[in-house]
Amino acid sequence: MILAFLAETAVPGAEAAFPPFETWHMPSQLFWLAVLFTALYLALSRYILPKMSDTIEKRANRVASDLDEAARLNNQATEAQKALELRLAQARAKARDTAEKAREKTEAELASETARVDADLAKKLETADARISKLRADAMTNVEQIAVDTADAMIARFGVRASPADLRKAVSAALEQA
Amino acid sequence: MNLMPAIALDPIKQFQVTKWLDLKLGNIDISFTNASGFMLLGVVLVITFFGMASRKGELVPSRLQSVAELGYGFIADMVRSAAGEEGLKFFPFVFTLFFFIFFANMIGMVPYAFTTTSHIIVTGALALTVILMVIVVGLMKNGLGFFKLFAPSGAPWYIYIILTPIEIISFLARPLTLGLRLFANMLAGHIMLKLFAGFVVALIGAGAVYVPIAALAFGMGVALNALEFLVAGLQAYVFAILTCVYLNDALHADHH
Repeated sequence: MILAFLAETAVPGAEAAFPPFETWHMPSQLFWLAVLFTALYLALSRYILPKMSDTIEKRANRVASDLDEAARLNNQATEAQKALELRLAQARAKARDTAEKAREKTEAELASETARVDADLAKKLETADARISKLRADAMTNVEQIAVDTADAMIARFGVRASPADLRKAVSAALEQA
Repeated sequence: MNLMPAIALDPIKQFQVTKWLDLKLGNIDISFTNASGFMLLGVVLVITFFGMASRKGELVPSRLQSVAELGYGFIADMVRSAAGEEGLKFFPFVFTLFFFIFFANMIGMVPYAFTTTSHIIVTGALALTVILMVIVVGLMKNGLGFFKLFAPSGAPWYIYIILTPIEIISFLARPLTLGLRLFANMLAGHIMLKLFAGFVVALIGAGAVYVPIAALAFGMGVALNALEFLVAGLQAYVFAILTCVYLNDALHADHH
C-alpha cells in the first residue's frame, strides 16, 4: 500500500522534466554562480579574512607579550626577594656587630671603673693604715710617757726621786722586755 | 485511494527554477531566478555574518566574533593539515567554498526555501573550478612533474601498467564525484523529507485508520530532518576537505 502510495506521489505524471536536468536555466545558474561566488570570494579574501587574521594574530602577540611581561615581573619579584634577604642578612650581621661592640665597650668601662675604684680604695686604705700606724706610734709614745709618769709617781710614793732620763731608760728597757 | 492533489505532494517541485526577473546577455538567458535569489541570500548572509563578527576585531572576542573565529580556525586547520603550510595560499578560496556551500545547504533546510546546491550545474561548476585550479596550480608548481601524480613512486615497474590507468581514471573521476556527491546528497535528502512530510498529510487525508501510520511517517520525517542537518554540514565539509586534498596533490605531486 505504501509502495503504491510512493509511486503515485513520487511520479509527477505529465509534469515538466526533472528540474535539475532542465537546460534552460543552466546559463543563468552558471552566470549567477560565477558572479556571486566571485563577489563572496573577493569580499572575504580582501576585507573580512585579513581583518580576522589580523585580530587573531594581534591576540596571539598580545598573549605572548603578556606572558613575557609576566615572566619579567616574576623575575623581578624573585630578584627583589633575593635583595631583601641579602639586606636582611646584612642588617642582622650589623646588629650583631653593634651589640657586640656595645657589650665590649660596657665591659671596658666597667673594668676601668672597677680599676679606678680599686685604686681609690687602695689609696684610702693606705692613708688609713698610715694614720693607724701613726696613731699606734703616738699611742706607744703616750704609753711610754704614761709609764714614766706612773713610775715616777710610784717611786715618789716610796720617797725616791729619779731623774726623768733614768726613768725613761728603765721604762724603755721594761717595754723592750715585754 | 483518494489522494491530495499531486502538485502539493510532488517531491520534485521544490527543485523547480522559476524566473523572478527576465534578463538577457546577448542571446544568453541570465534571468534572475529563485535559485539566484537564494544564492544571493546565502552570499549576503555569509558576508553579513563574518563582516559583523570581524568588524570590531576585539582582543577579547564577543560571542559572534568567537563563532566566526572558530570557523576561521576550523578551515585554517583543515587546510593546514590536508594541504600543508603551502596550502594556506588557498585558504580564502577554501573558506569561501565551505561557507558558500554550508550556507546554501542550511538555507535549504528552511521549509519553502530553494536549495541552490541541489542543482548539478551549480555543484558541477564548483567541482570543475576546483579541479581546474588544481591542474593549473599543479602545472605551475611542478611543470610536467605534475604528471608524476599518475605514477606514484615506489612500485615495481609492472605494477605501473595497471596503476597508471587507475590513477588517471581516478583523477578524471574527481570532478564528477566531487560535484555529484554534493548534488545527490542534497537532492535525495530533500526528496526524502518532502516524501515523508507528504505521507503524513496524505495518510491523514485518507482516513482515520491510517493515522498511526501517519504518526510513524511523521517520526521518520523528524529523524530525517536531523539527519539532513548533519548531511548539510558534512557535505560542505567533505567538499572543502577534498578540495584541500586535491590541492595537496597539486602542491606536492613529486612526493606523492
